[in-house]
Amino acid sequence: MIIETRGLGKRFGSVLALRDVSMGVAAGEVTCVLGDNGAGKSTLIKILSGMHRHDTGSYLVDGREVRFSSPREALDRGIATVYQDLAMIPLMSVWRNFFLGSEPRKGLAFDVARARRVAREELAAMGIDIRDVDQPVGTLSGGERQSVAIARAVHFGARVLVLDEPTSALGVKQAGVVLRYIARARDRGLGVVFITHNPHHAYPVGDRFLLLNRGSPLGLYARDDITPQELTRLMAGGAELDELAHELRRE
Amino acid sequence: MTARVDERIAPVGPVRRLLIRPELGAVVGLVAVFTFFAVQSPVFRSADGIANWLDPAATLGIMAVAVALLMIGGEFDLSAGVLTGTSGLILVTLATRFGFDVWTAMLVGLVVALAVGFANGVVVTRTKLPSFIVTLGTFLMLQGVNLGVTKAVTGTVQVSGLRRADGYEGAAAVFAGTIDVGGTSFRVAILWWILVTAVATWVLVRSRPGNWIFAVGGDEQAARAVGVPATRTKIALFMTTAFAAWLVGSILALRYTSVQANIGIGQEFIYIIAAVIGGCLLTGGYGSAVGAAIGAVIFGMADKGIVFLGWDADWFTFFLGAMLLLATLANRLVRRYAEEVRH
Ligand SMILES: Nc1ncnc2c1ncn2[C@@H]1O[C@H](COP(=O)(O)OP(=O)(O)OP(=O)(O)O)[C@@H](O)[C@H]1O
Ligand SMILES: [Mg+2]
Repeated sequence: MIIETRGLGKRFGSVLALRDVSMGVAAGEVTCVLGDNGAGKSTLIKILSGMHRHDTGSYLVDGREVRFSSPREALDRGIATVYQDLAMIPLMSVWRNFFLGSEPRKGLAFDVARARRVAREELAAMGIDIRDVDQPVGTLSGGERQSVAIARAVHFGARVLVLDEPTSALGVKQAGVVLRYIARARDRGLGVVFITHNPHHAYPVGDRFLLLNRGSPLGLYARDDITPQELTRLMAGGAELDELAHELRRE
Repeated sequence: MTARVDERIAPVGPVRRLLIRPELGAVVGLVAVFTFFAVQSPVFRSADGIANWLDPAATLGIMAVAVALLMIGGEFDLSAGVLTGTSGLILVTLATRFGFDVWTAMLVGLVVALAVGFANGVVVTRTKLPSFIVTLGTFLMLQGVNLGVTKAVTGTVQVSGLRRADGYEGAAAVFAGTIDVGGTSFRVAILWWILVTAVATWVLVRSRPGNWIFAVGGDEQAARAVGVPATRTKIALFMTTAFAAWLVGSILALRYTSVQANIGIGQEFIYIIAAVIGGCLLTGGYGSAVGAAIGAVIFGMADKGIVFLGWDADWFTFFLGAMLLLATLANRLVRRYAEEVRH
C-alpha cells in the first residue's frame, strides 16, 4: 500500500462527515470510492490530498503516519489530486497549463520549445488526442481537460492520483475516454483513488471498492468478491431500491 | 519532432492564428488612424511629423506596457499617473532645494516609487480588496501629498530650476535628450519605450514569471493550487508599474526642468485605455505588451494629428472614447472567433 487510512474520522462542528474509514491504494491499483450525495467522498479525498486534517484514526503514506497541512506537502509525497474545475487556466494554452508552476528552464528563460514538445509527447504517450497544444484549455471539452490534468500529474511524478468525480459531468463517450486514461495511469504503476457515484464507471477499472453511506463505510470489496449488480444494488441502498421499485409500480 | 497532422486542425490555418492574437484590434486601429491623418496632412507623414507624434506615444507607451502587464495579472493601478508626478517632484525638489545631485535625487525617487508599488501590492494581496479601491486610495493620498508638500516647500504649486542642479547635463542626455536620425531629431524616450516593450514582451512569453502573470490573472486559485507564487507575482507587477511611473516622471522632469504638483492626474485611465486597445481584457489573464505599445502610438497620432489638421483639441477625448469602444468590440469578436473551435 502506498497510502492507507485506518479508522479515519472527520467532523465539521457537530456534523460527523466521516466515521471509521479504512481503505488503501497500492501501486498499479485502482481503489474506487462510491457513495451517494453527502456520503463523505469529497471529505475523504480532501484529507488524502492535504486540504483537510483528520480528527480521529490515522493516515499512512509508505507505512508511516502523516498529517499534511497543505496540498503542497501531499504533492511532495507524490499524491496528486485532480479536481473537476480547479488547476486549469481556461485562457492559457494546453502546454502553458501543462507546465504551470513547474516550467522547465533554459538559463533564465522558460524553455518554451521544450515545454511544447514534452507536453505534446506526454499527451501522446497517454494516448490523449489533443488537436493542438497551442489551443486554449477553455476550448477543450470537459473530458479532454480532465485527461490533460491526469497526464500532467503523471508527468510530474505522482505516485498516487486522486480523482474527484472526474466522469460525473461527462457524456458516455467522454467518460469512457477518461476511464481509459485512468487505466493507462494504473498500467504505468500509479495508485489511483477514483471517486464516483456511478458504479458503471467504477466497476470496469476498479480493483477495490469502498462504499460510503452517510459518512460510514458500508464495506470494502475486492473486485472478485462482488458483481456489478451487487455493487449497483449496494450503492442504491439495497433494500431501499426494492421498496422504491415496489412503490413506483403502477397500481 | 514534426507535429502530428490532425484532420481537425486543418481548416484553422495561419489566418486564424494571426486573427486570434490580442494585438489584432490595435494593429487595425493603427493602420486606420495613420491613414486617416496621413492622407490629409503632409506634415503628419513627414519624418519631423513622425518624430513629433512618437514622442507622446513613448512616454504614454512606457506606462501602458507596465499597466498592461498588471492588467494581464488581473489588477489595476489607479495611482500610476500621480506617481509619475510624485517621482518627478521628488527629483526636482531634492535637487533644487536640498542640494542633492540629480542622480542621487533620482535614486531617492526610485526608492519611494518602488515602496509605493510594494505597498499597493501588499495591501491588495493581503486584504483581497479590489485593486481598483486600494489604488484609488493611494491615488488620492499621493495627490494630497504632491500638492501639500510642494506648497509647503515652495509656497507655489510647482518646483522648477532643475537645470542648475549638479549632474543635470548627464541625466538629461540619458533620459531627456534627442538622437539625430537622417536630419530629424527623435526623443531618447522613444528608445526607452522600445526597450521597455521588448523586455516586457520577453518576460511575458519567454519567462517563468510571464507564465505566472497570465495564470494569476486567469484564475488565481487554480494558479496557487499548482504552486504558482501568486502573491509575489502580483507584488512584483505593482512594483513594475511603479518603476515605469518613476521612469516617465524622471524623463518629463528632466525634459521640462520643472514639475507641476498636479501632473499625472487623469493619466491613469489613459494608460488603461491604451492597454485595452492593445488587447488586454479588463478581467485579466489575456493581453500583450506590444498591443499596449501600439495602443499608445494610436494615442500619440491622434493627439498630434488633430493639431496638424488644425482641429480643436477638444475632439481628442471624443476620439479617445470612440477608439476605446471600437477596440473593445473588435477584441471581443476576435476572442469569440478564436474560441469558436470548441465542440
Ligand atoms: N466544510 C464543511 N463544513 C461543514 N460540513 C461539511 C463541510 N464539508 C462537508 N460537510 C458535510 O459533510 C458531509 C459529507 O460531504 P462530502 O462533500 O464529503 O460529500 P460527497 O460524498 O462528496 O457528496 P457529493 O456526491 O454530493 O459530492 C455532508 O453532509 C456535508 O454537508
Ligand atoms: Mg463531492
